[in-house]
Amino acid sequence: MRGLVLGGLIAAIFTAAALISFLWTPGDVTAVDIANRLKPPGGAYPLGTDHFGRDMVSMVMVGARVSIAVAVVAVGIGMVLGIPLGLTAAARRGGLIDEVIMRSNDLVFAFPALLIAILITAVFGPSALNAIIAIGIFNIPVFARVTRGAALALWSREFILAAQVAGKGRLRISAEHILPNIANTVIVQGTIQFSFGIISEAALSYVGLGAQPPTPSWGRMLAESQTMISFAPHLALVPGLSIVIMVLGLNLMGDGLRDVLDPRLRKRRA
Amino acid sequence: MRHLVTSAVLALIAGGAMAQQTSLTLGMQLEPPHLDPTSAAAAAIDEVVYANVYEGLTRFHADGSIHPGLAESWVISDDGLSYTFTLRSGVKFHDGAEFTAEDVAFSLNRARGPESTNAQKALFAAIDEVTAIDDTTVEITLERPNGALLFNLAWGDAIIVDESDVETLETTPVGTGPFKFSDWVQGDRVELVRNDDYWGEPVALEQATFKFISDPTAAFAAMMAGDIDAFPVFPAPENLTQFEADPRFKVIVGSTEGETILAINNAVEPFTDQRVREAIAHAIDRQAIIDGAMFGYGTPIGTHFAPHNPAYVDLTGYSAYDPEKAKALLAEAGYADGFTTTLKLPPPSYARRGGEIIAAQLRAVGIETEISNLEWAQWLEQVFRGKDFGLTIVSHTEPMDIGIYARPDYYFQYDDPVMRAMNAGLESMTDPDDRAEVLKAMQERISSHYVNAFLFQLAKTGVADARIEGLWENSPTQATDLTGVRWTE
Repeated sequence: MRGLVLGGLIAAIFTAAALISFLWTPGDVTAVDIANRLKPPGGAYPLGTDHFGRDMVSMVMVGARVSIAVAVVAVGIGMVLGIPLGLTAAARRGGLIDEVIMRSNDLVFAFPALLIAILITAVFGPSALNAIIAIGIFNIPVFARVTRGAALALWSREFILAAQVAGKGRLRISAEHILPNIANTVIVQGTIQFSFGIISEAALSYVGLGAQPPTPSWGRMLAESQTMISFAPHLALVPGLSIVIMVLGLNLMGDGLRDVLDPRLRKRRA
Repeated sequence: MRHLVTSAVLALIAGGAMAQQTSLTLGMQLEPPHLDPTSAAAAAIDEVVYANVYEGLTRFHADGSIHPGLAESWVISDDGLSYTFTLRSGVKFHDGAEFTAEDVAFSLNRARGPESTNAQKALFAAIDEVTAIDDTTVEITLERPNGALLFNLAWGDAIIVDESDVETLETTPVGTGPFKFSDWVQGDRVELVRNDDYWGEPVALEQATFKFISDPTAAFAAMMAGDIDAFPVFPAPENLTQFEADPRFKVIVGSTEGETILAINNAVEPFTDQRVREAIAHAIDRQAIIDGAMFGYGTPIGTHFAPHNPAYVDLTGYSAYDPEKAKALLAEAGYADGFTTTLKLPPPSYARRGGEIIAAQLRAVGIETEISNLEWAQWLEQVFRGKDFGLTIVSHTEPMDIGIYARPDYYFQYDDPVMRAMNAGLESMTDPDDRAEVLKAMQERISSHYVNAFLFQLAKTGVADARIEGLWENSPTQATDLTGVRWTE
């Protein structure tokens, strides 16, 4: 429970910072001010300035926006396409459709996610949009598999049998009875995939395939700080810690949510 | 007994440390695509083989002056149309073949011939005929006088090769230089060993290894760890202060022939309008770019010419930083609300970092840029060959290359008959003072026409072990000349 609160708080703070950055940031993240570059944290610049004299607080805020947006949409793609696939596979368990869906999932799973993401962005050009698509594609099989696994267990339960006896079709049962009962599992998986999305976006922009300059992104801030790490460590620490804290928060939140939402775990505890 | 062995080992180690070191490991950021300087423009090729493996009739010295190479001396006819070179005798190629006048005739005819893939064919444009008179005499006759011939022959693109080796030059270079090619581990290093049959003064180093490290962070670590003895062009200027503070290293800062420019596509809207180009020039604060992208290393330039050249004129006044004037010029040209264009950036930090600074400066006057970061191969394809760009940043590292402004098909597509006429006149001049006059007029022409936004002369920022001497301070041509390099202890 404590983890859930802490994790939720961290995620909320970053999300709030990202939302506020649409309206206001302490400094301009696209203006260059060479005279004030590489200022250590403190004074007018709580987290210092980067090698172009841009305020690091503002950079982190706008960077959070990019990271969160990419992760949200990528998880959204995974959910919107993955959940129906998983439900269909469970409804047609053992049949040809199940086989086709799950084996295609295995196929996508067999590729290293980040490598394919690099391939996609390299072919279609680096941009935040392509990063979203690349990360989103790899969320589809994750959600499909989790959904199918959870749904399979339900299909043999009495209330589903009752619904079948009552004459409800597979589609209706999936939508009305299965989905609400597996929502917890999917939401927990969603938070974990969300943190994976943040890391993937950082990794892609670290190698220059994410959001393009001048849009700040945590991964690129980290990449650009590398050669200056020995005399301006805050340049690497600020985006690096942002990624770590954000991902830690999301994982804490995911774990906490699972504890709270999963009735089986709750029963065992009690 | 054990004690005896230990002291023997210690003595051996101590002995090894006392003796003069004779091997050197150099770091380079880019690996050459192959090792034949006569068939590609890549600077990395010359940076490995020029003056080390290959030699030409003449050669550059560290200060940019031209000295005899394989030609001992030469006589120029009064009309400037005939050059008679006396070659050094007793020179052998690394495979043992005799170096003769036939090799000179073959090499130069190959470089300028119709099937040549030489990247600098223009160097040989004035040559009418190359004849081997006897084994040690070559006569070059010209179609028109060319005051730059001796300079042109010093380029890495004009080195002398043996006819029997040309098929394999790309992988196993065979030249006449003081070092022989030994091994190339692709993706890692090229090794050279001393040529004991060298005709000239023997070199101090027995072995030289060029190691290719593209990542600046890894380059820094390799220098600090002592894996690399010298990095003639260190890729991260921000680390130089740390090397300076460390007594183990010395930092060598010199000039290069690299005019770093914001190249403008003169053939597309809205850059066809000179007022728009002038607005861009005034929108840019050069010092901010030098400080922000190069950490202070670089000299502002106002035209496409190296400041250390005696014929250089300081024309930065044409394009002084004045955002208000830039806005006024844009309004006058009909772009009061600005416009959007592309800014394509190759990998070096002068381009990537400079690009972000320039984008911010242009945004301040209303010009929005869409930045795309390209790898070199993409940049060459899209920008250099495809001419599909609005703006780009690149450093032109060839020496004395103002002639590119007389080539309308060159990637920035500046088409000016006056410039072409001046360049044609320049090529036929031999008197240094006359040449300087024309060069000054050419500099003024491109500066006052705002062909490109001229940013700064790239500095050569090298790092080396403090005990090494003889590395070139400046870069008059693309080269890492090791002939004078030695360890002092």
